[in-house]
Amino acid sequence: MNRIDPEVFAPPPHTASAVPAVEILSAQKTYPNGTQALLPVDMRIAEGEFVTLLGPSGCGKSTLLKMVAGMLEPTDGRLLVWRKPVQQIEQTGRKMAFVFQAPTLMPWASVQTNVRLPLDLAGVPRREADARVAESLELVGLAKFADALPRALSGGMQMRVSIARGLVTQPDLLLMDEPFGALDEITRHKLDADLLELWRKKKLTVIFVTHSIHEAVFLSSRVVMMAARPGRVVEEFHIDEPYPRTPDFMVSPQFARHAKRLQDSLLRASSLNEEVDA
Amino acid sequence: MSAAMTAGRAPAASKPATATPRRVPLLSQPRVQRVIYPLAVGVVLVGLWQALVTAMELPPYLVPSPYLMVQTLFTDWAALGGALFTTLKITVFSFVLATIVGVLVSFLFVQSKRIETALFPYAVLLQVTPIVAVAPLIIIWVKNPTAAMVVCAALVALFPIISNTTLGLRSVDPDLQSYFKLNHATRWQQLVRLRIPSALPYFFGGLRISSGLALIGAVVAEFVAGTGGQGAGLAYQILQSGFQLNIPRMFAALLLISLTGVALFVLMAWLTKLALGSWHASELSQD
Repeated sequence: MNRIDPEVFAPPPHTASAVPAVEILSAQKTYPNGTQALLPVDMRIAEGEFVTLLGPSGCGKSTLLKMVAGMLEPTDGRLLVWRKPVQQIEQTGRKMAFVFQAPTLMPWASVQTNVRLPLDLAGVPRREADARVAESLELVGLAKFADALPRALSGGMQMRVSIARGLVTQPDLLLMDEPFGALDEITRHKLDADLLELWRKKKLTVIFVTHSIHEAVFLSSRVVMMAARPGRVVEEFHIDEPYPRTPDFMVSPQFARHAKRLQDSLLRASSLNEEVDA
Repeated sequence: MSAAMTAGRAPAASKPATATPRRVPLLSQPRVQRVIYPLAVGVVLVGLWQALVTAMELPPYLVPSPYLMVQTLFTDWAALGGALFTTLKITVFSFVLATIVGVLVSFLFVQSKRIETALFPYAVLLQVTPIVAVAPLIIIWVKNPTAAMVVCAALVALFPIISNTTLGLRSVDPDLQSYFKLNHATRWQQLVRLRIPSALPYFFGGLRISSGLALIGAVVAEFVAGTGGQGAGLAYQILQSGFQLNIPRMFAALLLISLTGVALFVLMAWLTKLALGSWHASELSQD
């Protein structure tokens, strides 16, 4: 009934030829009680893209991200990472990292131990692991806080630790579930800018979940608009603005134009919603 | 690049761990207050007690004065000291036994929800059956009286350790658990790196309750066993004093039991601080 015209979601021409990092093939999620968390989604994310999933709460954006990560199984459809199911990502020689909304650190362990966790779990030798942890902490500007406990750090710094832990495995694909949602505006801008730097420097592919239009425009090369009840993808936008994007970009007319388009789309999605409800 | 990443140093974290204490009047310091306040109450109560006994000329076989009680503690130390050692021995052994068994049972419980569902009612059964009622049976079954009393006291101390440790092993941050799974952590890695550290605050909470219960269990077991002679404990001293109307000695034995309980509690609090110290919210100072 709410199936969306597939034409709208055909891969955009300029990414069609590129190597697909993530392919979402009619993946959908229905909970056992019949709630449709996510109607079938088709999406192709090319290597090196910065894709943002934007939408109100309950639109299934986190569900979609967790399905890409393999933390949730789709009820139907498939999700591929470099043309393999995510459980077999090792065979592709690629790595994936997931950053949660909360810092999700071990409160009893130092910053250093927290960042080293994925390496410890993978059995990386201690000396090599420590070197990579130092490098990763340097990257997020927390080298001085290696021995601190998480609770000694501010919320923004804890989030940096979480990102450092994500980066320490040298991932190719970074999945971020509203990572800066709980932070104040200024800290969030700062971390957004830092994230873009890392994305460019490390040539990452990023899927980023947010409900902030401004964050989506500032970060993304592509924004996927989603709507709630039932969760679904409604529209896509390309933010064809050059990187690096500076704070000046945020006050530019182009920025406002993109934000306006997203805003209108969000309103359209909400009115669609009312039809669904009625 | 690095300029962008290194700039943010939030003020919250740059403050040193221990701020230099400003000159606060001694009595306003929470640390001093924590000692002074209860001490003051104690002094007043003991003073009142002494005054009442003296003023009303109460005979020592009804209510001995605090002074007489302490005096008896010294004059009868030969009997009381040995009894204290016996009770302490039973308490410590049963507490250690309860901790080991309790932790093992908890690990069994968290292996699967089915095991816990099947066995938990029996743990409750063990808890709600009064030890006084079970003790005679245990004393018949277990030949060695000391061992019998250790078993009795351990039964009393067991349940809080089981329930707290099980709860703790299950109280893992779900996101952190997902993170471990995402990184293909083995069951063993999850246990050692995630579940056990998460459970520690709950475990120590259980220890704190159980240490007191072990002492209660030991005293109750001694009462029921009623064994006298060389290796008799404090409970036996209390019983004997009652028969002989030696009330000052009864009070002295009571005092020793109370002091033992307090000492156990302080020891557990100290252990908790040592183990959790810097990270857990329950150990953060409120100052």
